[in-house]
Amino acid sequence: MNSNTNFNLWMIPILPLIGSAINGIFGKRFPRNLVATIALVFPGATFAYAVWVVSQFASLSQAQIPHIERLFPWIEAGGFRVDYGFYLDQLSVTMLLVVTGVGFLIHIYSVGYMAEEGGYYRFFSYLNLFMFFMLTLVLAHTYLLMFVGWEGVGLASYLLIGFFFRKDSAAQAGKKAFITNRVGDYGFLLGMFLLIKQFGTLDYDKVFKTISGRPVEASVGVLTITALLIMFGAAGKSAQIPLYVWLPDAMEGPTPVSALIHAATMVTAGVYIVARSNVLFLHSPEALRVVAIIGALTAIFAASIGLVQNDIKRVLAYSTVSQLGYMFMACGVAAFSAGIFHLVTHAFFKALLFLAAGSVIHALGGEQDMRHMGGLRKLIPWTFWVMTIATFAIAGFPPLSGFFSKDEILWKAFSDKNHGNWVLWLIGLITAGMTSFYMFRLWFMTFFGERREAVHNEHEEPTGGVHAPGSAQAAAGHQSGVQHGHGNYGHTGHVHESPWIMLAPLVVLAIGSIIVGWLGIPEALHGHNRFDQFLAPVVHTSSEPVRSTENFPSEPQKSESPEENKSLELELAGASVAVAFAGLGLAYLFYVRRPELPDRIATNLKGVYRILLNKYWVDETYYATLVNPIVDGSRNVLWRGVDVGVIDALVNGAGTTSKLLSGITRRMQSGSIRSYAGWVALGAACVVGFMIWMGLHA
Amino acid sequence: MMTQSIPLSWYLILSAFLFAIGVASFLIKRNIITIFMSIELMLNAVNLAFVAFASHWHQVSGQVFVFFVMVVAAAEAAVGLAIILAVFRSRETLNVDQVNLLKL
Repeated sequence: MNSNTNFNLWMIPILPLIGSAINGIFGKRFPRNLVATIALVFPGATFAYAVWVVSQFASLSQAQIPHIERLFPWIEAGGFRVDYGFYLDQLSVTMLLVVTGVGFLIHIYSVGYMAEEGGYYRFFSYLNLFMFFMLTLVLAHTYLLMFVGWEGVGLASYLLIGFFFRKDSAAQAGKKAFITNRVGDYGFLLGMFLLIKQFGTLDYDKVFKTISGRPVEASVGVLTITALLIMFGAAGKSAQIPLYVWLPDAMEGPTPVSALIHAATMVTAGVYIVARSNVLFLHSPEALRVVAIIGALTAIFAASIGLVQNDIKRVLAYSTVSQLGYMFMACGVAAFSAGIFHLVTHAFFKALLFLAAGSVIHALGGEQDMRHMGGLRKLIPWTFWVMTIATFAIAGFPPLSGFFSKDEILWKAFSDKNHGNWVLWLIGLITAGMTSFYMFRLWFMTFFGERREAVHNEHEEPTGGVHAPGSAQAAAGHQSGVQHGHGNYGHTGHVHESPWIMLAPLVVLAIGSIIVGWLGIPEALHGHNRFDQFLAPVVHTSSEPVRSTENFPSEPQKSESPEENKSLELELAGASVAVAFAGLGLAYLFYVRRPELPDRIATNLKGVYRILLNKYWVDETYYATLVNPIVDGSRNVLWRGVDVGVIDALVNGAGTTSKLLSGITRRMQSGSIRSYAGWVALGAACVVGFMIWMGLHA
Repeated sequence: MMTQSIPLSWYLILSAFLFAIGVASFLIKRNIITIFMSIELMLNAVNLAFVAFASHWHQVSGQVFVFFVMVVAAAEAAVGLAIILAVFRSRETLNVDQVNLLKL
């Protein structure tokens, strides 16, 4: 399968690592401009290199895909062997472009956003480090190397969530994210052990080839358990029920981090690995069903919490959890390409949403509570317009990207013969309505109506209200008359547009949020769904048995689509658009026309409102059932019982015992020379007496 | 006439007597220098026994041993007196009962 072509794929992850190392080791002494340059050059080069690789990839023949580059043997233990190597197929190419492209844009944005923050070099060192691990994750050719990247992005995520480490809540959120991920990783590790036990290897190509030869498991078997364990790991990384709790708290990190790691790339790793393991999941329908159910439940659950949150970033965080649920639901109905498609479009519009929210926060000098926003439309027009595009995209308005990907998922959930179910579809549809509602709620509360300024000067996230002099004058769309910045740090009154270095990535992402969806226009809308066709060799659709990886048929998957199916698909699409409009209308009614309505409803439905506002008390439940018992158990049993009672007691017991014994024997050591001499004389007398006695009896 | 001189047992009794005096004064005396002197007394008692045996058995090794013992005693005296001096400087006493720090 290895061909003569060599792309030097190792270059792709290593470039950001170099950038990270330079900034991390020397960055403290560098001026900010140099740090920013280094931080941009390496991911930029990575992106350029990735684009070149993809252009070369396009010219590979089907027989050369997947393209595997093995560099050197990494682990050899008995019959088990892992090489350090990289794997390029349609799926990793897609992920590669998303990670490098969106990642690079967010790097550019961060230069402006973080301009006034301390720890500038540290931030970019971490951010580049994240890119290294994420690209390792995406390009790895074996589960084990993928797991290195998997853990590495967790580390980078931890470091960046806790970036403002002096703030206790940020440090706590970092720990929570890391520990919750570890729980999922535990399942993932067990899954890998099972794979090794069964197949003796962790290489994608070998594992999938072997599984392809096996029959589909009708009941729960070893493949199903493996798949479920991998899904558990994916649920940790991608913030699905029951391990989603870390993601909303992760918003303590700087906003570009939320955009890059906790919206666009890292959290999609779970979706990626499920799609990557599609052969495994297709051989265990039970596991697939679990994936679908978890995805659907997470989608509607998180969306319902998002309805009532007031922190702009928290709304987006729950939205991310919900959209990730969508992706898992797609994978669960064996529509892996639809899931990945939504992953791609989501990466664009959600990164855009976060960055635009960051721009809003930046403009307001650190304000994150939507109740203190409002009326910003005229003040920060660029941010407003890109936010509008992103909002319409995520709400699923055609022809923006979110419509196509979401619609394909809903259609697959409804129509797939083996895995689809109208209940899943209905949940997805309700979720779409909720998504539309809370996104427009955010939109209206932030940009429309009157400015509701908060009377406080505290910065929850100390994003500067100050600009570098150079960037301020270049700020496009910068409101006239407001001479902002220049020393009066911490003002909240002067709302100002962000500098161009932050706006440029927003505009690019906005364009992406519009057009990326056009890659996957379904045939019902006279498109060709190129995305589905592109991924078809990797993600086998559900209905047909899985073939060996070696001989792909070249014909596209979705060729059989009767007319009635098309009209049904159109009707469903109409339904989801109608739901999106309903969400828009409701949000308009609630937050523009009758602003007193939400409060009235909240008082009337006090129970429901409180449940949602308190996020179903899931955190509290986890604390009561898991965290506190573990902490109390550790404290009272393991610490006070085992450590103090057994281990310390043994050590101290050895000490006191010898002390007791030596207390008796030390009497011999009086310190008085004459008593020693007396003992010696006595001993000598005994010896002499003995010898005399012996002589007498000899 | 030489052979009819003092018998060996007399020498040995004298030697044992001197040694017993040394041991007793070692145990009884409190002054370090006196104790030191009683050690010398014991050494010399042993020396007397060595010479007496050497003369009685006509063997030279006993005489030779005495020289070794004397050399060692001289060295011991030098080192011991230096130690005593140091002890006196730090403790300002020569009473062994007050130099008893070598214990718990």
